[in-house]
Amino acid sequence: MTIAPDKDTKPVPDGYVRLTIDGIEVDAPKGEILIRTCERLGIIVPRFCDHPLLEPAGACRQCLVEVEMGGRPMPKPQASCTMTVADGMVVKTQHTSAVADKAQQGVMELLLINHPLDCPICDKGGECPLQNQAMTSGRTDSRFVETKRTFPKPLPISSQVLLDRERCVLCQRCTRFSEEIAGDPFIDLLERGANQQIGTAEDMPFQSYFSGNTIQICPVGALTSAAYRFRSRPFDLVSTPSVCEHCSSGCAQRTDARRGSVMRRLAGNDPEVNEEWTCDKGRFAFRYLQSKGRITRPMIREENGELVETSWTEALRAAAHGLLAARGHNGIGVLTGGRLTVEDAYSYAKFARVAAHTNDVDFRARPHSAEELEFLAAHAVGTTPDTGVTFTAVEAAPAVLTVALDPEDEAGIVFLRLRKAVRKRGQRVFQLGQWTTPGTRKTEATLVKAVPGAEAAVLRELISAAGEKDAPASELIDALSGPGAVVLVGDRAAEVPGLYSAVTALATRTGAKVAWIPRRAGDRGALDAGAVPTLLPGGRPVADAAARAEVAQAWGVHELPATPGRSTDEILAAAARGELSGLVVGGVDPDDLADPALARRALREVGYLVSLEMHHSAVTELADVVLPVAPDAQRAGSYLNWEGRLREFPSTLDPSGVLPDCRVLDTLAVEMDADLFTQTPAAAMGDLQRLGAHTGTAPAGPTVEAGAAPRPAEYGQAVLATWRQLVDDGSLSIDEPALAGTARPARARVNAATAERLGLVEGLEASVATDRGAITLPVEFTDLPDGVVWLPANSPGSAVRATLGAGHGSLVRVSAGGAA
Amino acid sequence: MTLPEGNPETNSRVAVAPAERTWTAQPDQGPVSPTFDELTRQRAKGIIARYPVARSALLPLLHLVQSVEGHVSQDGIRFCAETLELTTAEVSAVATFYTMYKRTPCGEHLVSVCTNTLCAALGGDDIYAALKARLGIGHEETVGEPGTTGSITLEHAECLAACDLAPVLQVNYEYYDNQSVASAEALVDALRRGEKPPPTRGAPLTDLRTVELELAGFTDDPALAAAAVAGPSAAPETLRGVQMAAERGWAAPAMPGEHPALPPLPEK
Amino acid sequence: MSTPDKPEKASGLDTAGPADTGPGPEGPAPLTPVLTRRWTAERSWTLESYEQLDGYRALRTALTAHPDQLISLVKDSGLRGRGGAGFPTGMKWSFIPQGSTGPGAKPKYLVVNADEGEPGTCKDIPTMMADPHSLIEGCVITSYAIRANFCAIYVRGEALHPIRRLRAAVAEAYAAGYLGKDVLGSGFDLDIVVHAGAGAYICGEETALLDSLEGRRGQPRLKPPFPATAGLYASPTVVNNVETIASVPAIVAGGSAWFRTMGSEKSPGPKIYSVSGHVERPGQYEAPLGVTLRQLLELAGGMKDGIPLKFWTPGGSSTPIFTAEHLDVPLDFEGAAAAGSMLGTTAVQVFNETVSVPWAVMKWTEFYKHESCGKCTPCREGTYWLVQILERMVHGEGTAEDVETMLDICDNILGRSFCALGDGATSPITSGIKYFRQEFLDLVAQQPAVARPEQLAELTGAPA
Repeated sequence: MTIAPDKDTKPVPDGYVRLTIDGIEVDAPKGEILIRTCERLGIIVPRFCDHPLLEPAGACRQCLVEVEMGGRPMPKPQASCTMTVADGMVVKTQHTSAVADKAQQGVMELLLINHPLDCPICDKGGECPLQNQAMTSGRTDSRFVETKRTFPKPLPISSQVLLDRERCVLCQRCTRFSEEIAGDPFIDLLERGANQQIGTAEDMPFQSYFSGNTIQICPVGALTSAAYRFRSRPFDLVSTPSVCEHCSSGCAQRTDARRGSVMRRLAGNDPEVNEEWTCDKGRFAFRYLQSKGRITRPMIREENGELVETSWTEALRAAAHGLLAARGHNGIGVLTGGRLTVEDAYSYAKFARVAAHTNDVDFRARPHSAEELEFLAAHAVGTTPDTGVTFTAVEAAPAVLTVALDPEDEAGIVFLRLRKAVRKRGQRVFQLGQWTTPGTRKTEATLVKAVPGAEAAVLRELISAAGEKDAPASELIDALSGPGAVVLVGDRAAEVPGLYSAVTALATRTGAKVAWIPRRAGDRGALDAGAVPTLLPGGRPVADAAARAEVAQAWGVHELPATPGRSTDEILAAAARGELSGLVVGGVDPDDLADPALARRALREVGYLVSLEMHHSAVTELADVVLPVAPDAQRAGSYLNWEGRLREFPSTLDPSGVLPDCRVLDTLAVEMDADLFTQTPAAAMGDLQRLGAHTGTAPAGPTVEAGAAPRPAEYGQAVLATWRQLVDDGSLSIDEPALAGTARPARARVNAATAERLGLVEGLEASVATDRGAITLPVEFTDLPDGVVWLPANSPGSAVRATLGAGHGSLVRVSAGGAA
Repeated sequence: MTLPEGNPETNSRVAVAPAERTWTAQPDQGPVSPTFDELTRQRAKGIIARYPVARSALLPLLHLVQSVEGHVSQDGIRFCAETLELTTAEVSAVATFYTMYKRTPCGEHLVSVCTNTLCAALGGDDIYAALKARLGIGHEETVGEPGTTGSITLEHAECLAACDLAPVLQVNYEYYDNQSVASAEALVDALRRGEKPPPTRGAPLTDLRTVELELAGFTDDPALAAAAVAGPSAAPETLRGVQMAAERGWAAPAMPGEHPALPPLPEK
Repeated sequence: MSTPDKPEKASGLDTAGPADTGPGPEGPAPLTPVLTRRWTAERSWTLESYEQLDGYRALRTALTAHPDQLISLVKDSGLRGRGGAGFPTGMKWSFIPQGSTGPGAKPKYLVVNADEGEPGTCKDIPTMMADPHSLIEGCVITSYAIRANFCAIYVRGEALHPIRRLRAAVAEAYAAGYLGKDVLGSGFDLDIVVHAGAGAYICGEETALLDSLEGRRGQPRLKPPFPATAGLYASPTVVNNVETIASVPAIVAGGSAWFRTMGSEKSPGPKIYSVSGHVERPGQYEAPLGVTLRQLLELAGGMKDGIPLKFWTPGGSSTPIFTAEHLDVPLDFEGAAAAGSMLGTTAVQVFNETVSVPWAVMKWTEFYKHESCGKCTPCREGTYWLVQILERMVHGEGTAEDVETMLDICDNILGRSFCALGDGATSPITSGIKYFRQEFLDLVAQQPAVARPEQLAELTGAPA
């Protein structure tokens, strides 16, 4: 090999240093950790405690190398995971230094003396860094003939994480993760010296929404998953890249399947999105796939009112027949939920216009408003990572305000980014909310407190007060006026009249960028795919004749319905009144809607109901035809995450025998004499992408005035605040007892003054009631505003919409004890 | 050459094996018990006020807990966690790291026998073995109902930094110097009878909880505190060098009469 | 390497009485009480007594100076850290960034390491008991020099009486205006907290001490950043030993030239030598740095009962042992190092021929195992292993390979562990085998063929 003669003369780039590793000269950015520079050169130094996303520890000492600085060899081998590169440094790894090699072998021997030889029964066996490195740098025999340290095993540290302490090499990746990344220091080192071990307090398990990540980063088999333990061997698994369906973050994942069953899911490595993390719901909640309630065959309701299985041909023909009749009578509405992929949502959107001849299509299976549609048209639809806010932008922002969004519960990866930015860069986080949630605390957020329903008024107040001297409001407004500041709005904003408008005003006032973070994975894609009453695919306004013509031409139809459609609530109300004759419903739970009772009535009253579902549900119970659809694992597709980033995934399991919504709709449309060209997800995506984005100017945002805060009118009344917690009774979290065990306990929260006034005692039960029903939960004191009670929206014993028919900002009655 | 009899047991603590648990759902952390009364809470605040950052108060707070409970219980851990806004895991991590925090209820007195090399060679191992036999207990075990008069927790300790007075033992961290098997046995016998033989150096003997309160930085009785401070300190051994120098007329070179001028301000 | 079956008769054993050497014409006296000079005073721990013996006069002088002048003075004096490592004190102080921006703008802290726990070491506890005000005066001067307004004295928790004395002295100093707001009208503010540890040898390591002082497990921190830039609460911090800080008032009072009349060029000043073990008169002997064991033995009345010296530590158990061949090694930083050990804490532990070296090494190794913090693999697992080998050997179940295995394990710990505790743990073993290898082999030879019941039980499944 010849060395290029000009090598020495090449200048070191600015911000870089030049060093030599195993005889290879390399330029590395200043401050880079030596072990990473080695990696970039393809030189792998063994390690356990080192993890690129955790603070260096230098604890395991496995990565020792020899280092020469300024021509002088350092007296001791150095841990390459803690040392930063320096100009002129000469590094010799185990490949070129006998000292480094012996040091590494010595540490390996010491790590193994107390390690059990239980690889054959260890979950990690076959994918274990300790096993691998013991093979490469360990001894073939052991000099250790003494007594090994043993512990009772396994020790559950939560309902879903098990700990085998004797396998642990005390690298502290798990404790550093839980302290640094998640902010949940519920596991820690206990004892000292040779007795040192990982553990929890006696009275508190490892209660973290992100605990599963510790299983994944454990470099040995010390932390294992209760749900996965002993289920399969790594070499038995077929791995497929996947995307999480549980929220709008769109985590990259890897799904491991064995003989047609999903065994586990792991976080994928996507530095732009989820880095190497994923939340426990995303990791563990996949058993709905195999649940007993899965519908596998089409069903049709017979004269006697019973649903019976039938053939696809029969079911589709019946559905088409019923829908055509309904279309000819008072028309059809199309309702979809949050689980849809972009391809499916597009198919529904196109089905509505082309087959149902209507703009009555809405993906918002939750409280919503007309104001929201205006806001989405102005701030959300069509944004991409190139034009809108991204995870990276959130991390880089000097200040972030969250509105109607508790990131830890509703967008876990956003929470992790905020926490990272707060810890590493001192980002200021503001949260417009009701109380200091765990997430508020862990992002050191400044809580801007508002009575539920008064959020818009509070924001308006802040904006107008900001000019005044020494106004406390100025702090927030000033922070958001800094370049790169971001406002993150959750879809709960629709529950507060004027809030989307106030956010728009705030953005105008400060120049902060606005991002919309819906809770569900499919919402953003459905918006852009046109599953909205006022927008066609690509954000084209229905009201815009040119846009309609453009789409009609692309779709090969004469014209599209010109009247803007009705919203979910309006569609349901119309159906209940008999003003709509048919409904096509996919992935909607009536209990998620603003008025579950109205939704049920509409489903009952509507002339013809077609349901596309995975599981038996409140909708299938009433449907005339039920068409089974495929879960994500059995189909390809994509989600658009809240950034507007397309997250494509292939099918994990054999897709034969099940059909995605797009295929079912395509065939149904054919039966109704319309062509969707969505036979496959790829076809649907191609069709959508050919349409391209809307080129018109974005409308200005909504200008709805802030509503007045509701006020308790009589003794015993309170304003309800509510949202969903990450781990709750969600329909995709069924059959996961291990995951459910880490749910935050359902509590009715009030502040101490309110409790005293209402005679509530912390720890004892209180009842929160409306005319429709009551929820009884133990009371916990928090810093809520006076006269406000908070309930988790869908936790065990606290199904707020279903039980109370009430929501955020509603007036409820609160009393002590179990009776309403 | 004879091998000294001894090394009664290894110095490792008994391997800790928490009871098996299952977590089905997050258990409720009950409120801290009223054992930690208003006075204790006030004292906790006083400790926190000493430091620029509250968490520095954790070690003294755990001493305070021991002054209340005689050991650190789960309740005590919760008290510290609540006071400093830490998780109980974080407090447990600290409480289990340090030898002086005891996990099981202790006796009125804690008898610590130095069995490190030098004391052991001079008789410390024999003393420890004799006390074990006499009291019928082992390391970190207690004879008598914990906390009652005459109850004793025994431990072998690492170097107690009194090697010129070896072999030494401590009762509630007060020094008993130049011990023998006989003197140590007599000492624990007296303690068992409820007597409080004065230490060689230190304050009049009290009990472990009182001493833990002192370590936390508080004394209940100012008069007793003054007496405690005035307790004997310099053993004859401590003063040997300085006394010998005085007798021989040896001294450090004389200092200049006036304090010499300080060096000039270094140039920047 | 000599492996004396019978060590040469230790010199000094014949000298039953006190040494008869007076001050030489040039050098100072054999004993130079500076730090210990007030120890015999009536109620020496009180402010009254301290003030009568020129106490707090150095502080008044110091407060008239510019802080940087004090740093220069201590640099000039050549004072080196008395906690074991011997780092130049003035240089440590000068590393503290000063200024109105960057790390210099943060608050600065002085932390006194009074976590005396190294086996054999017993100098700081008598200092704090007998003369707490010298330490406090040193703290005030040092804090003024480095511009610290908060000082913590971290005393090991088992040192109850010194904690009492220090706290009482701190209270007296506050009342007399030596502490608190506007010390002696100088405009300088200082608060001192006496902080009780809770039993962990590792907290003598300065970064572990800082973590412990911050209410955490006392485990060492990564360096860099060093405490001088990011110490207590991530602010610039000086960590000094008790004896170091207690030396400061004397240096201010006597000047650097005076301080240098004792000791050597590179190791100037007086030092408290704690002589313990098999000598007639164990105790604290304050002598100029560079005194030899032969001289110390003379002062301490020679070997107890005339039984010959076998081995000794120059500065605690972490310093490799010496034998009778090292009687004349000058006990200063350079001399001890040149002879293959370290000065350490000048904890001179003397053992006579009755003591088995493998046994002593086993006891020390048990200590390091018990006190290993557990953070890094080599120290945690290495000490766990070494203890088992040594206990097995001492109980007559050793093998000839064990000696080599131990040396290799030590090689895998020394310089591979996170902090110096791991290194220290290897000192007794490697130095013990170096000078007394035959004694380890004899232990093996004395035993019948090795039968390890617990191993057999493991193989056969039968109970041991």
